[in-house]
Amino acid sequence: MKLIFEKGAPGQHLTLLPACDVPEVTLSNARTEPLDLPHVSETELTRHYTALAKRVHGVNDGFYPLGSCTMKYNPKINEDMANLPGFTQIHPLQGEETVQGCLEVLHESEKLLCEVTGMNAMTFQPAAGAHGEFTGLLLIKAYHTHRQDTGRTKIIVPDSAHGTNPASAVMAGYTVVNVPSSPDGCVDVEALRAAVGPDTAGLMLTNPNTVGIFDRNILEITRIVHDAGGLCYYDGANLNAVMGVVRPGDMGFDVIHLNLHKTFSTPHGGGGPGAGAVGCKEFLAQFLPGPMVAKDEKGYHFTVPAHSIGRVKNFCGNFAVVVRALTYVLTLGREGIPEAAKNAVLNANYMMKKLGEKYAMAYAGPCMHEFVMTLVDLKEATGVSAMDIAKGLLDHGIHPPTMYFPLIVHEALMIEPTETESQETMDEVCQVFLDLWDLAHENPQALHDAPTKTPVRRLDEVGAARNPVLRYNAG
Amino acid sequence: MNFPAELKYSKDHEWVKTIDETTVLVGITDFAQSELGDLVFINLPQPGDEVTAEESFCDVESVKAVSDVMSPCTGVVAEVNGELEDEPQMLNEDPYGAWIAKISDVTAFGELMTAQEYEAFIAK
Amino acid sequence: MGTYIPNTEAQRKAMLSAVGAECVEDLYAAVPREMLVEALDLPAGCSELEVRQKVTAMAAKNRVYATVLRGAGAYRHFIPAVVKSVVSREELVTAYTPYQAEVSQGILQSIFEYQTMICALTGMDVSNASVYDGSTAAAEALAMCRDRKRNKAYVSACADPQTIEVMRTYCFGSGMELETIPEKDGRTDLSAVTLGADAACVYIQQPNYYGNIEDARAIGEAAHAAGAKFIMGCNPIALAVLETPAACGADVAVGEAQPLGLDIAFGGPYLGFMAATKAMFRKLPGRIVGQTHDVDGQVGYVLTLTAREQHIRREKASSNICSNQALCAFTAGVYMTAMGAQGMRQAANLSLSKAHYFAGELEKAGLKRVHSGEFFHEFVTECKNPDKVLRRLDEAGILGGLPLGEDRILWCVTELVSREELDRAAAIIKEVC
Repeated sequence: MKLIFEKGAPGQHLTLLPACDVPEVTLSNARTEPLDLPHVSETELTRHYTALAKRVHGVNDGFYPLGSCTMKYNPKINEDMANLPGFTQIHPLQGEETVQGCLEVLHESEKLLCEVTGMNAMTFQPAAGAHGEFTGLLLIKAYHTHRQDTGRTKIIVPDSAHGTNPASAVMAGYTVVNVPSSPDGCVDVEALRAAVGPDTAGLMLTNPNTVGIFDRNILEITRIVHDAGGLCYYDGANLNAVMGVVRPGDMGFDVIHLNLHKTFSTPHGGGGPGAGAVGCKEFLAQFLPGPMVAKDEKGYHFTVPAHSIGRVKNFCGNFAVVVRALTYVLTLGREGIPEAAKNAVLNANYMMKKLGEKYAMAYAGPCMHEFVMTLVDLKEATGVSAMDIAKGLLDHGIHPPTMYFPLIVHEALMIEPTETESQETMDEVCQVFLDLWDLAHENPQALHDAPTKTPVRRLDEVGAARNPVLRYNAG
Repeated sequence: MNFPAELKYSKDHEWVKTIDETTVLVGITDFAQSELGDLVFINLPQPGDEVTAEESFCDVESVKAVSDVMSPCTGVVAEVNGELEDEPQMLNEDPYGAWIAKISDVTAFGELMTAQEYEAFIAK
Repeated sequence: MGTYIPNTEAQRKAMLSAVGAECVEDLYAAVPREMLVEALDLPAGCSELEVRQKVTAMAAKNRVYATVLRGAGAYRHFIPAVVKSVVSREELVTAYTPYQAEVSQGILQSIFEYQTMICALTGMDVSNASVYDGSTAAAEALAMCRDRKRNKAYVSACADPQTIEVMRTYCFGSGMELETIPEKDGRTDLSAVTLGADAACVYIQQPNYYGNIEDARAIGEAAHAAGAKFIMGCNPIALAVLETPAACGADVAVGEAQPLGLDIAFGGPYLGFMAATKAMFRKLPGRIVGQTHDVDGQVGYVLTLTAREQHIRREKASSNICSNQALCAFTAGVYMTAMGAQGMRQAANLSLSKAHYFAGELEKAGLKRVHSGEFFHEFVTECKNPDKVLRRLDEAGILGGLPLGEDRILWCVTELVSREELDRAAAIIKEVC
């Protein structure tokens, strides 16, 4: 498909702005280089971007069981609410008395999501999960610094963790200590006990963990870290399994981030914008990025925490994403939230059971909201890899599961159906998986060659990296 | 696979070519490049960097992974092979021609093997 | 309660029996009993109509101004109708990061086109796929310039104060030093500092927070003379008519791309653009899309140079960023396509000319400009009683400029404000002052 730069003709344009009605001004250091932007008509523009949209698989196009990413349905009422002019047309630096509705959104969202997570305060400034991790770790750093406990330089991360965990720890100035997982995929408690000490600043953990198992030792784990003087950070990537059922705050976590774009149904937008809200216990609230929203008899107002780490982003974060999440929480309410979690878990177990007929599971069930298959044996027997199965799914209109993650499982496929998929859809998808298993044995080449029905086939990533072409060059 | 007899080999899969008593050329072995797969970039050390035997002194990237290259000796980086920045595929195509760094003032070596010993080592 | 769960009670029962569980709670056997939540203290769920009423009532408590003369980091510009129509396509809205390139070509190609447009606008060689916003782009840019010997960033005091604060927060994490370069007459006074051997970079904003045009070339030359990198934080609309960061010698150009077709939306979501010279491009954080071919030789696009990133490099990665603001970058791309070079220049010229017209009218009304020299679409005036002035404007449905302390106001004019509105605002101010 042509690039937008290759379409239209010089001189084609839309008529958008009026003539200047005041004396024209020019700058002395004006731009001298040409400005090579596309030149197309409105028809051409619309067709180009519509064609691009058709070359994308979204949740609305079909099943999207991308493990660890919680690709649930994105309710349309959320979009409607976020697009109200009373939100979209508000300048972030308007006077407090003119933005009471926006402040109410932030304050209500904080209150409701603190209740869901067992936290006492929450900021919506971080724009994504990784941004939330960084913010949360700075809270931990500020806490130790404030107590003049300066010897705490290490963050403990399990080897199954997402890559952002160690990367965030380093950005926050920490060194990373990796602890191994037990054979059951949970934290090796003895290894953790050996790893903590007076240099421990904190532990980063997801629970359920990255292999979809709830760590039954969680209270002991958080106690070990606390006894060593460290704090516990909860990566909320997997909260969808347990929201309303059990709270990170009750597990012993001091600070958490939520991915509003996973658990709370806001769309992923092809990679963003999301929101990585960070919640914490009372004793850490004084370090949160400012401003926060407080309420008194006169209404809502901004306030900056006493020992704030400072802003992590301009203004109040991805505000419109928070509007969507609030709409979702208000819709589900106290019954709907645990109901969503339980159905996410049921759906995952159902698929695990059905796929277990042929595929090997990395860990025995029951699972939480996702599970990991290991295709090592299949690859040995047929030469067909996790990647090949994934590409085979594409030809059936199914987005593949997360591949090759977590790193501790070889030939991994991680499946997370979410609660918004029907039994009917899951039955159909499981049948495709099982058929592909048979195909792997009968005609492995067909899977090495897949996909064949997508807009493009497998792409040369090595060539792309060795000779990077990162922009269009005319002529 | 090819393991020239005139070179020495480390257990971390680097080769060492002696230039004089305290100067060597270092690269990765044929075995290493085949295990790593298609390499797409190398983060070269900088001339003047002090390197320590059996510690990382640069890294190479494939599409899906990044791997440390361990220095087979302790010394100072005298020169690097800048061509590899533009043509990392040379590491795959000609591993013994694609030297990574010239290391001078060598004061110590890690454990090194002959070609024969290295072949036996990787066969294990 | 509202729900998005499709399965009926009967279907759930059938599924439970398939997995061999009595009830869903059985599946939570690993959770310590004492930890289970009995009931959340949340309101009961509700129907779509009730939710619509609740949230609409919140939106109604906000004041929407017909005329906006405030910028300071968030700019209300004209957004062509076609932008929203195209950007609301469900496929794009509901997709995730393009990990499966074969079914993500639309997103990948749109990012490739966005990268090309950012390069065109800035004159730089390489752009990434965008980051969270302008302030985090600036903070990431400082980190790009840091090396073993150079650990200090010099940041202009004329940059957006929120952006400086974000940089400081990031530096609190990384341990990089940050020194501000003082202001003189509303511009960066580089002569007031000595760039040492530890200087990693110099950061300026163009036009700066006060709307003034910096002598970017001279600052860039001084930075380079000290062996430091030069970073420019730019307003993308201004770049249509102002010399490019590349022409000024910038090693890294960043900025807030919200003016490119995004609503002000109480501060977000926006997006930060980041572009660099060829020499620096491997240090760019975040996603980058590259062009390649598929097995049949067809042109296609992939996420590339990924071994720089956290999912591969983990604790050795230079940034933890794992997403971009893809839908916002898409929006910016559609906006720049709709506007074209001509439309972009027109938006910039209208903003520039109207801001100068308004500055003249304000001077006649008694509010003199504080700084000398050239400015783009923002400027600072004196004002003895900003509260009173802004209140009177407010009563007339006009959001006035941003008060800076007790006696100054930072004004902003874009193409959205007509001459009549400017005259009306000036007349009100003349009455008050």
